[in-house]
Amino acid sequence: MAAILDLHLRKVSSAAHLSSKCCSSGQQERDSLPFTECGVTVQKHQFVSFLLNFLREQSSPALAHGTPAKTPNRPRPAAQTGGLSERRACRSAGSATTSRSSSRVQLFSPPSFSTTWNPASRPSGSDRRHGQRPSPFQSQKRRGGRGSQHSDEMGFWDTGSKKPGRGGGHSRSREQLSPPSTLNFNNLEDFPPVGSSPISPLISKPSRRINPTPVSAERPRSKPKTCFTSTPFTKLSSPPMGAEVLDGSMRVGSPLSLQEERELLKREKSKRAQQPAASSPCLSSLEPCTPPKTGVLGGAKVTPELQTLCPERSKVTFTPELDLLAELYCACISENLVPNIFLELFFVMQLLTSMSPPSNDRCYLKQVHNCVYFAVTVLENQFQLVAHLDKGALRLLAENERVASFSPALRDLLIQAQGKSSAKLSPSVSTFIHSVPFQPDTDNRSNFGNDKAFHTFKKQRDVFYEALREWEDLHNEPGWNFDASLGGRIRGMMNQLTSAGNHSHFARLFLKQLVQMCKGPRMSGAPGEPPDADLLEMLGADGLGRLKRLEERLIQPHGIVGPCPPPSFPGHQEFFRDFIQTASCCQLNQHLQDSLCQQLLQLDEVSILSPSASIKEEDEDGDMEQQKQRFSSVLLLARLLAKFLGFISFLPYQTSERPSREIQEASVALRSKVSVPVLDVCAVLDNSVRRRRTILTVPWLVEFLSMLDFVGPLLLCYRTALGTLLLLYRRLQLRRCADVCYLNKLLLVSVLGWLFHDCIPLVDQQLLYFCCPFLSEFRKLLAAFVSGSTAKSGGIIRKITPTSAELKDTPIANRSQQKLQGELEQAFFHNQPPSLRRTVEFVAERVGSNSVKHMKATLVSELMDRGEKILRDKLKSLNFNTSKLNESICALLCDAGLEALERATRFCDEKSLEAVRTLLPEETSPTVLRTSESITKRLAAEKACSWLSANITGKLIKDL
Amino acid sequence: MRLSRAEYKDIVRATEQLRPTRQCMKILKDRFPNHSQSTLLSIFSLEYQKRTKRTISRHHAADVVESHYQRYLNEAKARPAAPVLLEMANEVDLSPALMGRLILDRFLQDVSGEMHSKAVLNSMLKEPSLIPDQVLANNIYQCTINDCCYGPLVDCIKHAIGQEHEVLLRDKLKERNLSFLDENKLRTMGYDKTPDIILEVPIAVEGHIVHWIESKASFGDDYSHRTYLNEQFWSYWNRFGPGLVIYWYGFIGELDCQRDRVTAQNRILQL
Repeated sequence: MAAILDLHLRKVSSAAHLSSKCCSSGQQERDSLPFTECGVTVQKHQFVSFLLNFLREQSSPALAHGTPAKTPNRPRPAAQTGGLSERRACRSAGSATTSRSSSRVQLFSPPSFSTTWNPASRPSGSDRRHGQRPSPFQSQKRRGGRGSQHSDEMGFWDTGSKKPGRGGGHSRSREQLSPPSTLNFNNLEDFPPVGSSPISPLISKPSRRINPTPVSAERPRSKPKTCFTSTPFTKLSSPPMGAEVLDGSMRVGSPLSLQEERELLKREKSKRAQQPAASSPCLSSLEPCTPPKTGVLGGAKVTPELQTLCPERSKVTFTPELDLLAELYCACISENLVPNIFLELFFVMQLLTSMSPPSNDRCYLKQVHNCVYFAVTVLENQFQLVAHLDKGALRLLAENERVASFSPALRDLLIQAQGKSSAKLSPSVSTFIHSVPFQPDTDNRSNFGNDKAFHTFKKQRDVFYEALREWEDLHNEPGWNFDASLGGRIRGMMNQLTSAGNHSHFARLFLKQLVQMCKGPRMSGAPGEPPDADLLEMLGADGLGRLKRLEERLIQPHGIVGPCPPPSFPGHQEFFRDFIQTASCCQLNQHLQDSLCQQLLQLDEVSILSPSASIKEEDEDGDMEQQKQRFSSVLLLARLLAKFLGFISFLPYQTSERPSREIQEASVALRSKVSVPVLDVCAVLDNSVRRRRTILTVPWLVEFLSMLDFVGPLLLCYRTALGTLLLLYRRLQLRRCADVCYLNKLLLVSVLGWLFHDCIPLVDQQLLYFCCPFLSEFRKLLAAFVSGSTAKSGGIIRKITPTSAELKDTPIANRSQQKLQGELEQAFFHNQPPSLRRTVEFVAERVGSNSVKHMKATLVSELMDRGEKILRDKLKSLNFNTSKLNESICALLCDAGLEALERATRFCDEKSLEAVRTLLPEETSPTVLRTSESITKRLAAEKACSWLSANITGKLIKDL
Repeated sequence: MRLSRAEYKDIVRATEQLRPTRQCMKILKDRFPNHSQSTLLSIFSLEYQKRTKRTISRHHAADVVESHYQRYLNEAKARPAAPVLLEMANEVDLSPALMGRLILDRFLQDVSGEMHSKAVLNSMLKEPSLIPDQVLANNIYQCTINDCCYGPLVDCIKHAIGQEHEVLLRDKLKERNLSFLDENKLRTMGYDKTPDIILEVPIAVEGHIVHWIESKASFGDDYSHRTYLNEQFWSYWNRFGPGLVIYWYGFIGELDCQRDRVTAQNRILQL
């Protein structure tokens, strides 16, 4: 396979042939269509895998500060000979010491070590295990040869195109995938064996001391300081050089103590000092390429010293070869042959922002000129995808001087796209959090079996909220520990619950509170959301350059985690997760599961506006917006519930480490016979595909499946579901879909990213970013490049919360007044029966819509007549003047617009009043009735007026 | 009145040596002319209760009770018209009402054996004429009316003041056309925790949402606020959302630090 690529790279003329071959992948034959050139038969998926790994290898020197998805596919000696214990040792050592120190973004990253989530680890709060995320790719790999286990951490990916049911047979393909040792693009030294990727200078030339902090129970909630997605650098560097030493020490297995780690690093350092890179030929040749002081720590970073190095279009070498590579690469992306298109896009952006000193080696992507050329070429090709990024990222891209100098056309396109992008990264989330209201209908004595249960629950409610308050106030304090602080109280409460038989009541309260607090997009304070997105947008790259130093001190950490972060429980979700873990109460878990499952299945049935329902007519009345909002709210809720359902369901099976193969097999046998899955994922998925509702179902199923334990993906039901999801992903290619539902697909592609078919444009960019916060990584990477400050502070910008000077005479008072008014309205509904809110919202929605219809039928049509008359008259008169004509029509529209708003508001007032009076119970108190009326009036008028002011002019002009 | 912690501490310091008598109240009032008498009395009362809680056990020891009782018997015999019990209470630094209770309790043991009930004791304290011993009845009566912190009279006054302020609160709310559910209504609806007032339509007080209002006709110090939070306010908060407590006789300003959850006020604000 390598030979094929090599051949084609040498004979660029046949590039088109190869590329078309790659692209010609008809849906069904993609996997089976072999290349049969040079007498080598290669499966297409193997080629894709090879290509991706090839690109990463090629660019690794240039990206010493952050290469995504380093994907070695040659089984390394250490891995082959080492047994399970060694792998485990590598795992734990890798997570404890090294993951944080390198920044390679992986396909399947080791998940957050800060989130302690399996019961076994409660006391010690040890690392989360690796490979958390179940994926078809991975699940197959797990069953695959032992010798390739390392590839998990390395972000290896294989094609995943094998049938989900097939086990074994994996090491065979692995061998085939490996670049043959005889491969010779120019010389072997330049094309180092994958496992020995030359990151070693990171260790041998530390510019400053790293204090390794073991990530474990001591700081269970600390925010990870660098990428989750980091590839442990020992994996990359140790086997060829310090293999014995490291392996030996790492056999300790459990996370090493700080002192041990230090010792280890010291030894390693001195060892390397003694044998300067002699042990590895590739190292010696590559070392000079690695810029000094780069990549000591974390996130894709940019060294200020190197920023002066300007990539130039004229210095690009191997242009034809790069063109070919780009074409092949783009084909893979377009065809969804890559496991995650955003990971590839991220890789491309890293290439765009890479730094590399000049070198004379013959290597396609070693020089920054080539990297940027390649990146820009790919970005141009994949522009449709790029154009759907958020405004901030687009702006940063457009203002990137490299883009400008390599492709002014791309820059212009980017500038245009900015205008269309609507994704906002920091949505203002109301911090006004309510508790779950006490509703006599469901909460008073008559809902309990006896007095004791009622009064016990009264106390339990108070204990629960006490815990929540304490967590809110203290969980960010250093040294605070959930279990130590709240464990006793929570477990005591569970005992009482059990004796009073109140689990169902408590489960209801618990879930309601969960939904109330966590349903929306991520809470402020969640990692990775710098609050200054708007500022970046405002200032642009130029301003940012100048603000470099200031920014360094002011903005929040730019922890770049890459586009493939592990599953997490951000914000308040952490409380609920920890609560479930700490309570460790099987009765409660069962009730939670039942309730979650029921709610999920209900949500999954929620009617999404069907494509046949005359969208056109509805849309004109502004109802589409309503539909979208409803959809997004359902989707966000379903994702939240599914994540917790998955968490609870797989909790009993979570282990900190992957069980041995024998244990895995035994538990597969056991679990597939005995335990009934909480959710019939296959049925849900099949049903959803059949009814073309994947846009709703797939995102929440993904959340559910992301919680799978090690063995889970091996069970038939989940394996089948994952296989189906993979098929979906493969079958839907973004470039083949019309513009309206592009975002639908993009969401699916992003969450899995996998995709199917839907015709309603339900997803907007905001929802996409809510569901896939990792998409903002692009902006962060680009911003880091502009500010160029990340390297200095080790990839993390220190955070100093700025206090802004208060502005005088601003309408802040006004705004806060409005905000308060909004809060009061929400608060009003809080202690009223839920039906009141539903009624008000329903009436407002209908009345608003009717008002628009009414305006269209009366005022608008009247206006049309008048406008037409004016037009006709003017056209008749001989000396008509276009500007005058425009003027008179504009005047007409202006007056008409005002009148329409007034009349619509009046209409809403009258109708809302009648409807609310009729629909609310007779016994409603006068004040409540009055308040409901005025809220309804306001909502209805708002809806009507926003549609009218947005559409009246456009519609009239169009029609006239 | 919102007192700073420093102001509050000044007052507390001044109460340390005072006895729960009218004379002492006068001293306090002269010392802090800017504070209302109710505030000063309330602070003193709370402080005195804390002091009593610390010391009461030593008066409850059997031998101490016995010696108090014998001394009372001797002195009452010698000076039947004198306020013997009141003097004794002041002398041993015990609240007169509590001293009266102690002695009456001991007296009843002699009269009706160990069997006398608490209800009998309480009714006699409330109505000294029921006490079979005329001299003791007089003494008990003097203790009750001369104690501004303990005893049935004080309890009665406190209760009345509490009621009065609840009525005041309801009147003020009605004046402002705010409709609400009061405690009684809430109980009939089956609420497990019932603040004095739940507003049907929430209001904003100094920018904070208020769903419920609790009226406290006392001063809000650390101890009482903490107790109220744990026993009442947090329960209200997690059922009905944020609310407002009115300490009619003022509170320590620094305590009002959880305003998103519970706001403290000492009056109804101009809304």
